[in-house]
Amino acid sequence: MPWSKNNPVTVQVLGICSCLAVTAQLKPAVVMAISVTVVVALSNLIISLMRKTITPRIRIIVQLVVVSMLVVLVDQVLKAYVYDVSKQLSVFVGLIITNCIVMGRLEAFAMSNPPLPSLCDGIGNGLGYSIILIILGFVRELLGSGTLWGYPVMESLGVYNLGYENNGLMIMPPMALILVGIIIWIQRTRNKDLQEN
Amino acid sequence: MEYINIFIKSIFVDNMIFAFFLGMCSYLAVSKTVKTSAGLGIAVTFVLLITVPVNYLVNKYLLAPGALAWISPALADVDLSFLSLIMFIAVIAAIVQMVEMVVEKFSPALYNSLGIFLPLIAVNCAVMSGSLFMQERAYRNIGEVVCFAAGSGIGWFLAIVAIAAIREKLRYSHVPPALKGVGITFIITGLMGLAFMSFMGIKL
Repeated sequence: MPWSKNNPVTVQVLGICSCLAVTAQLKPAVVMAISVTVVVALSNLIISLMRKTITPRIRIIVQLVVVSMLVVLVDQVLKAYVYDVSKQLSVFVGLIITNCIVMGRLEAFAMSNPPLPSLCDGIGNGLGYSIILIILGFVRELLGSGTLWGYPVMESLGVYNLGYENNGLMIMPPMALILVGIIIWIQRTRNKDLQEN
Repeated sequence: MEYINIFIKSIFVDNMIFAFFLGMCSYLAVSKTVKTSAGLGIAVTFVLLITVPVNYLVNKYLLAPGALAWISPALADVDLSFLSLIMFIAVIAAIVQMVEMVVEKFSPALYNSLGIFLPLIAVNCAVMSGSLFMQERAYRNIGEVVCFAAGSGIGWFLAIVAIAAIREKLRYSHVPPALKGVGITFIITGLMGLAFMSFMGIKL
């Protein structure tokens, strides 16, 4: 169950960097979530197909080459179809290469398992990452700028007339960390066996 | 003056961890004691100082639009910048491997203290993003690039040592059981990030 009990972000603590930096708005968060899921799933599949021919000494370089090839593809597709979002994500698309989720899953799962389970593991971990990204993007955009997907929700609800103000702190990077902390808190309160001593 | 400005700015204002959250994975995983985190911090600074200037040269003379003009004028309109991700990561992986071998050969003491951290640095996002930011911000000459790399590395070093020191003290305090370990570290990092935001807008 990689999306709850073994969530890559809140339990394995992988792939935090990108998860925090791209979630100030919902749209880049969703685009990033899809890109990472695609890269994790496909690289897991490819490495798992190649796992018998890779010698352990050079495995990191081989993995990096496969992953960076996929990331270049994703980068070009994003530039072609959603140019504004790709500008917003800037270096973080490139950083999918060094996203620890990708390398972590390749090392921990794809190197020792057949292709089909590896593909599923990749998709599952991608989805686990996506859920956190979407929650963060949703909360931060709604509370921080009062919009969702660019649509002014708060304004159309008319809450500004009641004296509601946008919380500018929410779009600042540090709030993302605190929100992840709170998500971990909620999750571990419900799942007592995840707690650390 | 410009050099000092870039150096200070990349330590405090554009701190890799508190402003961009880069290198968070190793930052969270290795920050249990001050000693190991200082070792990792030094290793990251060292690798950044080598890889970023090398990647700057690679970018300037091989990848950027029109960069191949020094070979022959016929190549002046070749643009290889779509290859930069692969080139950068290959350069980083190769240099990390080389640094590891050189350090092992000439300074076994340093090698033992850096230990397993050196190979891990190849996949540290702080190192990769150092090269990507260098490309994006278009620094003008290699001096500026070196200042940027040194500043980013030192900023990362300060951040990881600071959080390790806090976590060492934190072991004696009563944290709600569900927040123990990772949870409270996230929240503290967020608060430290807020503190670091006060450096924003400082110009030398």
